[in-house]
Amino acid sequence: MTSTADPAEQLAGQLSATTLLRFATAGSVDDGKSTLVGRLLHDSKSVLADQLEAVEHASRSRGQDAPDLALLTDGLRAEREQGITIDVAYRYFATPRRRFILADTPGHVQYTRNMVTGASTAELTVVLVDARNGVVEQTRRHAAIAALLRVPHVVLAVNKMDLVGYEESVFAAIAEEFTAYASELGVPEITAIPISALAGDNVVEASANMDWYGGPTVLEHLETVPVSHDLTGCHARFPVQYVIRPQTAEHPDYRGYAGQIAAGTFRVGESVTVLPSGLTSTIAGIDLLGTPVDVAWTPQSATLLLADDIDVSRGDIIVPSGDAPATTQDVEATVCHVADQPLTVGQRVLLKHTTRTVKAIVKDIPSRLTLDDLSQHPAPGQLVANDIGRVRVRTAEPLALDTYADSRRTGSFLLIDPADGTTLAAGMAGESFATARTAPVQDDEGWDF
Amino acid sequence: MTTSINHVSGTAGGAGEDSPYALTHLDALESEGVHIFREVAGEFERPVILFSGGKDSIVMLHLALKAFAPAAVPFSLLHVDTGHNFPEVIGYRDRVVAEHGLRLHVASVQDYIDRGVLKERPDGTRNPLQTVPLTEAIQEHRFDAVFGGGRRDEEKARAKERVFSLRDEFSQWDPRRQRPELWQLYNGRHAPGEHVRVFPLSNWTELDVWQYIQREGIELPEIYFAHEREVFARGGMWLTAGDWGGPKDGESVETRLIRYRTVGDMSCTGAVDSQATTLDAVIAEIAASRLTERGATRADDKLSEAAMEDRKREGYF
Repeated sequence: MTSTADPAEQLAGQLSATTLLRFATAGSVDDGKSTLVGRLLHDSKSVLADQLEAVEHASRSRGQDAPDLALLTDGLRAEREQGITIDVAYRYFATPRRRFILADTPGHVQYTRNMVTGASTAELTVVLVDARNGVVEQTRRHAAIAALLRVPHVVLAVNKMDLVGYEESVFAAIAEEFTAYASELGVPEITAIPISALAGDNVVEASANMDWYGGPTVLEHLETVPVSHDLTGCHARFPVQYVIRPQTAEHPDYRGYAGQIAAGTFRVGESVTVLPSGLTSTIAGIDLLGTPVDVAWTPQSATLLLADDIDVSRGDIIVPSGDAPATTQDVEATVCHVADQPLTVGQRVLLKHTTRTVKAIVKDIPSRLTLDDLSQHPAPGQLVANDIGRVRVRTAEPLALDTYADSRRTGSFLLIDPADGTTLAAGMAGESFATARTAPVQDDEGWDF
Repeated sequence: MTTSINHVSGTAGGAGEDSPYALTHLDALESEGVHIFREVAGEFERPVILFSGGKDSIVMLHLALKAFAPAAVPFSLLHVDTGHNFPEVIGYRDRVVAEHGLRLHVASVQDYIDRGVLKERPDGTRNPLQTVPLTEAIQEHRFDAVFGGGRRDEEKARAKERVFSLRDEFSQWDPRRQRPELWQLYNGRHAPGEHVRVFPLSNWTELDVWQYIQREGIELPEIYFAHEREVFARGGMWLTAGDWGGPKDGESVETRLIRYRTVGDMSCTGAVDSQATTLDAVIAEIAASRLTERGATRADDKLSEAAMEDRKREGYF
C-alpha cells in the first residue's frame, strides 16, 4: 500500500497513474455513505489542506467535536443546511495506480433515478450495508439497479463493523445473503468487504481489528479491478455525430464522418453498412483527431472516410457489413422514469438513441417493477418518478438498436418530452436482467417481464 | 467508458491495462471532450466558446481544433473582459484568434461601469461583475450553447454541475432542477431564449489539464511560469500591483519570484511563490501542492461558504 508515503510523494506518484475507473456509490440514508466517500478521499490523501480546513471550520461552527468528513461531499447550501445530499455529484481522486471518477449518488431523495444516473456510466458500484441491519429492502433495490444497468463489478461494503464487535460471522452471513441475491440477478462479479468508514477499517488501511479478513481494502480493490478492454467479442458500432467538410483549397473533397466509436474496432479496408439506409461502402481512411491511423476502437473519437460518395448524415450508424443489427420501429425496453411528470400510454415523445432523435409514441406499458421484492404489476397505465417498467414504443423512423445486454452504449436511449425538453426516462432495450431465473417464480406474473 | 461488455459469470471480463485497446486516462478524457464538442456542433444553431486565455479555455479550444480537423472550428469565441486582465493574457488571446482565423466577441465589464450600468464593488473585485455582460452578450448574439472550461474538481458547487447545463432566459442555474445525465446521451433541448452551458472538461482535474498541455505541446501565456513581479499582500494572497486598485494605504509592494496557477481578474487572482519555469517543474509543483487551485489563488471564492454556488445561480460559470 502507498498510504505510508509522505503526502508530497504520494501526490507526485499520481503522475504515474494512467488508467481511469468510473464508479458509483449507493447507500441508504444512515449507512454512512458520505463518511465512506469522505474517508476514501481523506485517507487516500486526496483532500488538500484548504479543503480540510474548510471542513474543520464548518464542523466547529456546528458544534461538532471532530471534523465531519461527510461535509467534504455536500456541495450545496441546502445540503449543508439540511445535512442531506440532494443530487448526484462527481468526485475526482487519484492514487499512483489509477485515477478515479466517483459518481456520488444520494441515498434517499429520488433514489432510483439518482442511482440509475450514477450507474449508467459506472464500471463498478459500491453498495453499502449497515452491519447491524444486514441486507434490507434498500440493499436489494441497489443490487437490482446495478444488475439492471449491467454494471460489471459490484462491491458490497458491510459498514459499521465496529458496532458489531468486528464479528466475522456477522459479515459472512450478510455477504452470503447478498451474493446469492445479486448473482441470481445476473451481477457478474461481487466482492464483499467488511469496513468501518468512521474508524477507517479496510477503507484505505487494512484493519487491525479484523485479522480474519484476508481480502483487499476498498481502495486496493478499486485500484486493481480490471477495466474492460476486451473488444474481440463486441459488435462494432459507429454513430455518426457530425459531417466534416472543410471545403478549403487544401481539402476540397474531404468528407469525413465524425463520431465516437460506441463499441468494437474499425479498420481501413473494412466493408461497412450505413444504417438505417442500408447503403454499403468500404472504409478508405480513419483520422484520429487529425492523424491518419489504420485501426480505431472504442471509446476513441474518430473520423471515418468512405470509398464511395453515399448519403451519410448525423444520426446514422456505420457498422461492419457482416455484423449489422436489425433496424426496427418497435422498441421493447425497460425504462427508469426520471421526471416528475408521468409517462402514460398513448403519449407522444422524442426518443434519443446515440446521435439520432426521432418522434415516438408510447404504445403500451405492460408492467411496472417493484424493486423491493422484484414483483411486477401488470398494466400500471403510467409510470411516475423513480418507477421502473417495461414499455413498448413505436418510432416514426427505423432505429439500429442493439440490446442493452450487448452494448450499454447502443442499447440505451432517452425518452424526452417534446413540449419542454424534459428528460422523461432512461431506456434499456431488450431483456431486463442478465440471467433468467430457472426456479419457478413465486409471483404469478413472474418478475422477469 | 461504457464499452460493450461480454461477461463470463463470476470472472472479471476484459484484458485489463495490458490490453492493446486500453486507453490512457488522458486519451479517454480527450475522446470524451471531443465527443461533447461534436454533439453540440450537431445539435445547436449558434454555439460559442467562452475564452479567457486561461489554461482551461486554452485546452478547450485545443480540443475543438482537433474535433473538427482538418476543417475550421465551427464556433466563435466570447471573452468577458473585466478590464483588469493581465496584458500578457490579452496578447495571447489575440495571437490565438489570429492564428486560427477565429471570430472573437468581447463583452467588456469596463464599458458597463463607464455607462453606469454596473458599479464597482467596495472590495474592488470585478469577478462577480462579469455575470451581467456575459448574460447580455448571450442574449444579444442569441447564442444557444455556451462552452465553458469549468471543471467539477474545482469547487464543491461545480461538482454538482452537468456536462449540458440548461439555463433559463436569465442564465440562472437551479441545482435542484437539473436534468439527469445518463450514459453519454446529452439532452440539449431548450426553449427560445434559454441556452445550454456546456462543460467539455467536466471530468478533468487540474493535473489532467497540465499533463495534457505537456503531452500536446500547447503554448500558454507566460504568467503561468515563474517570473519576477511587483506584488503586494492582500487577504493572504499575492496580488499584482497596478492601476486597477492596488496597493492601498498600508499595503506595500515587493518584487517576488511568482507564477499564476489560474488566470482571472487581477483584482482577485493570487500568485503563488514559485521557481517553476518549465512545464515539468510546474507539474511537479502542482502534484506536490497541499492547496487546491482555487484555495490558493481565488479571493472571490473565500467570500462565503457558498460563494461559487451563489454566483452560478445568477448566471456565472
